[in-house]
Amino acid sequence: MIALHGVTKRFGHAVALDHVSIEVTAGTTHVLLGSSGSGKSTVLRLILGLATPDEGTVVVDGTGVDGSTRAGLVKRMGYVVQDGGLYPHLTASENVALGAEGQRWPRARIDARVAELAVMAGLDRALLARYPRELSGGERQRVGLMRALMLDPPILLLDEPLGALDPLVRAELQGQLGRLFATLGKTVVLVTHDIREAALLGHTITLMTAGRIVQHGTFADLAERPATPFVAQFINAQTLAPSPSVGR
Amino acid sequence: MRPRIVGAALCALLVQASSASAASDGVVRIGSKSFTESYILAEVVAQLVEKVGEARAERRVGLGGTGVTFRALESGAIDIYPEYTGTLSRVMLKDPALVTADAIRPRIEAQGLTISAPLGFNNTYALAVRDELAQRLGLRTIGDLARHPGLSAAFSSGFIEREDGWPGLKRHYGLSLARVEVMEHALQYRALTNGDVDMMDVFSTDGQLERLRLRLLEDDRRFFPDYSAVLLVRREIVQRFPRTWARLREGLEGRIDDRRMAGLNAMADLDGKRIPEVAAAFLGSVSPEGHGRRAVVAELYALTKDHLLLVLVSLAAAIAVGLPMGIVAARYRRAGQLELAVIGMLQTIPALALLMFMIPVFGIGKGPALVALSLYALLPIARGTYAGMIAVDRQLLEIASVLGLGRLRQLLRIDLPLASISIMAGIKTAAVMTVGTATLAAFIGGGGYGSLIVRGLALDDTATILSGAAAAAAMALGFHALFEVLDRLTIPRGLRR
Repeated sequence: MIALHGVTKRFGHAVALDHVSIEVTAGTTHVLLGSSGSGKSTVLRLILGLATPDEGTVVVDGTGVDGSTRAGLVKRMGYVVQDGGLYPHLTASENVALGAEGQRWPRARIDARVAELAVMAGLDRALLARYPRELSGGERQRVGLMRALMLDPPILLLDEPLGALDPLVRAELQGQLGRLFATLGKTVVLVTHDIREAALLGHTITLMTAGRIVQHGTFADLAERPATPFVAQFINAQTLAPSPSVGR
Repeated sequence: MRPRIVGAALCALLVQASSASAASDGVVRIGSKSFTESYILAEVVAQLVEKVGEARAERRVGLGGTGVTFRALESGAIDIYPEYTGTLSRVMLKDPALVTADAIRPRIEAQGLTISAPLGFNNTYALAVRDELAQRLGLRTIGDLARHPGLSAAFSSGFIEREDGWPGLKRHYGLSLARVEVMEHALQYRALTNGDVDMMDVFSTDGQLERLRLRLLEDDRRFFPDYSAVLLVRREIVQRFPRTWARLREGLEGRIDDRRMAGLNAMADLDGKRIPEVAAAFLGSVSPEGHGRRAVVAELYALTKDHLLLVLVSLAAAIAVGLPMGIVAARYRRAGQLELAVIGMLQTIPALALLMFMIPVFGIGKGPALVALSLYALLPIARGTYAGMIAVDRQLLEIASVLGLGRLRQLLRIDLPLASISIMAGIKTAAVMTVGTATLAAFIGGGGYGSLIVRGLALDDTATILSGAAAAAAMALGFHALFEVLDRLTIPRGLRR
């Protein structure tokens, strides 16, 4: 389980998060929804220990995230970013294998796991020898997902994973992600500004704006019982006009 | 595998560099100062050593002034070079009373050195006047000048300042002149022959004296010290190669008078003959063109090896220090700025000055040259590494920390490869720069292509200067090409454009 208790985070004078509390139940997918600058990515960074809260606490599986616990906790997390965040000097399979190298897995075990993940993520195995710039956006994203899953962490954190993809590829990947999360039973926190993605993947959704939580609930809660006019406005803006084709 | 081969090659070079002064092999290392006469005598010695065949001759000529050359002999970087009794007694032994070679010899034996008997000529200061003027005024000796206070002179700056030059001479003979001008040696001759001035200071074996109608005034009251040429040699060489030493003494002692030496100097300075030809002419042996060409190739080969050694060793040292410095600078930005500023300041010191600073600390030769060149190559490498490291996408570094790679693995697997283009650019700049800067090493006895430049400057021989510069330029091009290949090996394929 992942929990933020009354977390405030400032960058200089700007308040990125203002007394935010979120709880994510183990084995479910939670979507952080909002436009850019709403503070949703900061939540992920706090969970990953890449940033520390000015006030409040972040707790992962019962342990507070801080300098001393971070190294142990991130081993239980997989992190996926927009466009894959792949290392350009490594091939797809080398990118995927990095975490296992850090754990000194034997070569054979690494190769077997990479092959298994390629099937799982729907990546043609012939592409594994390629460098990131020789792959399409969708392929890069699949490789990024494989890398996050390499050590089979119980928690997956995804930051706008499909933001840079064209609508068709995005729709296809959204479907695959949904099935994958369901089969693997991971605890997932996914950041997006795409309502359709939130509706499709999120067991629960937190809608944020300007560093505060506006509403927390299922997609049905948000769509049918908007807490404020802003919620209704945000939901309608995207569902009326079909999902935007450009990322943020 | 590949880095190991490179490492082994560098080790081999380092070993070679450090063993360069160990005289345990069958080699006599012949040195010289950087002026024509010294070059000629050294080459004569070298050719005689080769004729005897007891030892191999290695030429380390054009080392510079007295200080550098004498220290090279003391340290064993060279085994023998032509020196002058006056220099030995005044500069090294600080006892002007020691006039003869026999008086000097026992005083240097404790240092493991000895000298030959005088070769014959005395290269001392002298005053020269035009023949025509000498006849008109009846000038024969320096003392005669006292009767003509209306005369003018062009003196070299050294002669004006040295106590054994004009100030002492004036007092010794009670002279006065109407006008004294200070000018470059080459200009002095022009001023004298044009009639602008009436006399000048010369060295008594100056090649010009042969060709111009000049008269040397006799030093009748013995003011100028004796600068008789001798061979200064390490005693161990005398013991190890007795036949060679005997032959050198037989061939040179008392064999070269002032006129002969001036004639040889003129061949090199005025007729444009190459030093080996002049030496061969003196020894009465022919210097066939083929042999000459082979000698040039052999010299160029030796200098290339020398130069390459300077560049590769200093570059390796600069990488070993500069790369970590760049990494540290990128990790700790504020300390890093200070660090880069300090290295940058080092760069503002003119290369030649930096080389000179090394002399009091490290002496002369390859060692100090390597230290100076390494310091000089530091900035581009440290900067390149720093620039490459800070340009790495922050997100990629964060991902590495989430992947739990660990510091060292992340550095080797992620940071350095991502920064490799910039790092290699820095190393390439440093390499090409060092090839050029290394030509200055010759000024402190470091050898390399700079030897040609130093010799060319000493002999006023533009062709020789250019040959050194061109060789360095060719090597720089070679390094450039080499790095095109190295880029392919070191910059990961995924980063190449």
